[in-house]
Amino acid sequence: MKADALWLRARVIKAVRDFFWERGFLEVETPLLIPANAPEEHINPVSTLPSWQLQTSPEICMKRLLCSGHRKLFQISRCWRSDERGSRHLSEFTMLEWYRSGCDYQTLMIDCEELLQYVATACLSENRCFVHNATKINPFSPWRHISVQDAFTQFGQASVWDCLRKGLCEEILTSLVEPALAGFDTPVFLMDYPTELAALARTKPENRDLAERFELYVGGLELANGFSELNDPVEQRRRFEDTNTARKASGQTALPLPEPFLNTLAHMPESAGIALGIDRLVMLTAGIDCIDDVVAFTPENL
Amino acid sequence: MYTVADLKKGLKIILDGDPYLVVAFDFVKPGKGQALYRTKMRNMINGSLLDRTYRSGESFEPASLEERQMEYLYKEGNHYTFMDQQTYEQVVMEEETLGDAKNYLLENLKVEVMVFGEKAIGISLPNFVNLRVTATEQWAKGDTSGNDSKPATVETGYVLRVPPFIEEGELIVIDTRNGEYSTRVKG
Repeated sequence: MKADALWLRARVIKAVRDFFWERGFLEVETPLLIPANAPEEHINPVSTLPSWQLQTSPEICMKRLLCSGHRKLFQISRCWRSDERGSRHLSEFTMLEWYRSGCDYQTLMIDCEELLQYVATACLSENRCFVHNATKINPFSPWRHISVQDAFTQFGQASVWDCLRKGLCEEILTSLVEPALAGFDTPVFLMDYPTELAALARTKPENRDLAERFELYVGGLELANGFSELNDPVEQRRRFEDTNTARKASGQTALPLPEPFLNTLAHMPESAGIALGIDRLVMLTAGIDCIDDVVAFTPENL
Repeated sequence: MYTVADLKKGLKIILDGDPYLVVAFDFVKPGKGQALYRTKMRNMINGSLLDRTYRSGESFEPASLEERQMEYLYKEGNHYTFMDQQTYEQVVMEEETLGDAKNYLLENLKVEVMVFGEKAIGISLPNFVNLRVTATEQWAKGDTSGNDSKPATVETGYVLRVPPFIEEGELIVIDTRNGEYSTRVKG
């Protein structure tokens, strides 16, 4: 990694921190080694000590802080996901998460716009555009909002519901939808996911088949995932159990459930939370297309 | 067996019975979805390129390929026969498989033969081979036409451009990587 990329990385992280401090968010640190993550069908935690795992995301602890009355929280921390390694993935990576009570995913989308404009102003000198795969993305032009259903129809010539039944969602997303999103010169929100694809999100009041979840894409690069939080402990437990059933059906092990989280979830006010990949934000700011070039060391050169 | 987690550039695997070399690889994982492993592979027999995407849980048979030193013996029709100097085992390759390599095959030339299972699938030549010129036109002294090369046929039947001063019967050095004249062998 080049020395200037390391400087830029530090400046991006400082800008992110300044942004949330200026808006009255409490910066927290929660334990990285925990007894249970929120089980996900396709995310495998790294286990170190028997029956303890490194966090795949700080969400469980952050939400417990919301339950105890904190209203605006953020954290920049390391997360681990087993066997994830590619030009946009590291098994150990840096995640920004922020949570707000008393609002839904719409507020988070506004936060995203303001955060990226703030980072662009602080860290990008000339045209204040992010760059990915030689495409310039201007965070100061109006951002696009596209529903998952429309994106599948428009870019994939397929129905998302049909793809769900046939297990084709990942293929359509990566081979047709994401490349189409890469053509936009402003950031894009892909929003309103089928509930099956949003294990911790609240469903839309008018349509229980859709969840209030969005993904932020910049230049086709998936940067952040946010949603209105589900705060019904019975529904949440049912979804976790469904996740474990699906894991077992595909030959994976079931994961332990975060019981203290489930026990306090009833006390969580209406909230929304989001995770954003800091390494990818640095990639976009530096105009670097491979994650290897924005970290001090990759696992292969340790 | 390899799993998808073993996939990386340079890995050799068997697909539909043929050996393939992984020439490009990436890991993609949309949203919280299932991981996909995108590969670009080259068929090691016919050189064709193939794009394949895999999901976790799939496995691959490693392609064991062996490079063996052999000597070129003779040609019959479009079949070329090579022999392993240690085991005296002989393998036959078709002209099509050899490609341009056939231009440099002179009896007793030592080459590396790539063997997949029982099948010879290609050869690597030395970078330079010496071949005798069997036919080329005489260079007319005082020729001012400005041509700085002329065609010449070597003993394998291969025709290439050589400098005007090369004469019939001379031994020349040919670069097998581009098929071009390199220098002449003195004496």
